[in-house]
Amino acid sequence: MSVRLMQGNLACAEAALAAGCRFYAGYPITPSSEIAEHLSRRLPELGGVCIQMEDEIASIAAVIGASVGGLKAMTATSGPGFSLMQENIGYAAMAEIPCVVVDVQRTGPSTGLPTSPSQGDMMQARWGTHGDHPIIALSPSSVREAFDLTVKAFAFSELYRTPVLLMMDEVVGHMREAIELPAQVEVVERPHTDVPPEWYYPYEAGGADVPPLVPFGMGFRYHITGLFHDRAGFPTERIDEIDPWLKRVNAKIERNLGRILMYALDGVEGARTLVVAYGATARSARHAVGMARARRHKVGFVKLLTVWPFPVEVLAEAAQGVRTVVVPEMNLGQIALEVERVVGRGRVRRVNRADGQMITPAEILAAIEEH
Amino acid sequence: MKLERLDPYAYLRPKKKFPPVWCAGCGIGIVLGAIIRAIDRTGWSRDDIAMISGIGCSGRMPVYVDLNTMHTTHGRALAFATGLKLARPEMHVIVVMGDGDALAIGGNHFIHAARRNIGLTAIVINNSIYGMTGGQYSPTTPENALATTAPLGHIEPPFRIDALAEAAGATFVARSTVYHTRELDRLIEMALKKKGFAVVEAVSYCHTTFGRLNRLGSPVEMMQQLKDNSIPVERARELPPEAREGKIVRGVLVDRDIPEYTERYRRLIEVAQSQALRGGAHGGAH
Repeated sequence: MSVRLMQGNLACAEAALAAGCRFYAGYPITPSSEIAEHLSRRLPELGGVCIQMEDEIASIAAVIGASVGGLKAMTATSGPGFSLMQENIGYAAMAEIPCVVVDVQRTGPSTGLPTSPSQGDMMQARWGTHGDHPIIALSPSSVREAFDLTVKAFAFSELYRTPVLLMMDEVVGHMREAIELPAQVEVVERPHTDVPPEWYYPYEAGGADVPPLVPFGMGFRYHITGLFHDRAGFPTERIDEIDPWLKRVNAKIERNLGRILMYALDGVEGARTLVVAYGATARSARHAVGMARARRHKVGFVKLLTVWPFPVEVLAEAAQGVRTVVVPEMNLGQIALEVERVVGRGRVRRVNRADGQMITPAEILAAIEEH
Repeated sequence: MKLERLDPYAYLRPKKKFPPVWCAGCGIGIVLGAIIRAIDRTGWSRDDIAMISGIGCSGRMPVYVDLNTMHTTHGRALAFATGLKLARPEMHVIVVMGDGDALAIGGNHFIHAARRNIGLTAIVINNSIYGMTGGQYSPTTPENALATTAPLGHIEPPFRIDALAEAAGATFVARSTVYHTRELDRLIEMALKKKGFAVVEAVSYCHTTFGRLNRLGSPVEMMQQLKDNSIPVERARELPPEAREGKIVRGVLVDRDIPEYTERYRRLIEVAQSQALRGGAHGGAH
């Protein structure tokens, strides 16, 4: 496999194609637009569809519609568009329609700093749509990870019939790195049912975590709704149907944490200080950890690739015997709240910037060395 | 004309969710009946037909029909349908919407679906009000009418759905009422068979909210008003503009041939693939 110089947004777009994505709908927004531009040429070459919709609400709606039609589908946006997509992300969670939403984060709130990086949408990724719902969110820190996690995003969305959010940031999206692409990627095809149409229930999982989703037009005529629904997909207000649904869709993620949670541990054993980081900030953090070790500090490093569901057990274990946990983020402290929940507030030292600038290794090193 | 015999059970989900959520006397069931009769005349397989809706009274319609059905979010039905139609261009996709759904919250999607001329059949059931939420004014509420959010009389002019759809690029626009059911059947059938974005405005009424607030009487009386207040488009064209004022003009209002979007996209794929074969493309090796 050849080494190629590639931009993060392009790696994401190419990974989507490699994972079998054949539908893209989006609306232009900095710093994500390269994904749409690349796919507008590449998708039709592969017989797929790339359409520029009238806004982000329509984009995610078209993506869900195409997924119901049987295509693996994706959209990409940034903060303002991500806000607009929230209602339909909830629809996809409720109706259990696989789809991938890429958010190349820029500094907010509002129009903010359109060309500057941020990690300000992390809590929106978890709770941006109304109501209790499961979600999977992944965050790459390099161009290669942008590729790999996009492939994973499609795999998870199909396996668990859920929207998957790829939380990039402007740095990872626009950065170019020499990367070696894998010769083969894990392509997960949507499971088909083996029952005849008259026995098919799109929302009855049986003993499994997730029931198979048969595309429209295959002779299985059923109903999809954003209302609470029974096993056949029809609206229901019966608590004996609502409660099991809520439990199952949350359990389908919880029961598969072993597969969904991705992270990298480095030097955690015997560490006195732990640095927890994700996305572009993980690059500065890794550098800072190296600098601290050169000064004989015992520092462990946890890089989160899966941010939601939050890796509670992993972090609890890694933080055992650790005095301080440093959490650098390009926001005013979002994932730090989760870290505090797991390890206790007194042990967490936050390093935050929300002014559109990367957090430097020196800033993280200072936090590691602070007494 | 003799009445056609049609087995409604072939199209309904009678055992599942009847009776419907709609108020007794509502016109929306007549529109559902018209859609079913129109589908029956096309001879298409139910497997190849999808019905997509948004939110509101009209949003509940897909539950009752044995098609591929999807009840989406408020205003977004056309955008969901656009994705489905592009994924499965061979399917016949019917989108049912109310006036608020299609023209207020979904107005942007309505004009852009029309502009693209994507092959969807858009049925707008226009009852001039938000019925399900209790009678608030909609984009088609007439001026001076009362609504629960216009207790002193409405001061906004209504949209003209036909003019909007025509200006935006729809290939077919028609209008009838729930009184003129045979005509409504025929117009929906024409819209279904038309290639491109085809709009049928089905003028209905809401006796529960709009009718009560504006003292328009029972469903029967409101039906009578639809009959008395409407004229065929052929007659309307002979009348001076002032005589057409306030009349519901019924019939085929726009019928023109414009290239359909999914067909254009199919040709675009052919171009992209032949370019890629000639090596003129990005390829993966960008």
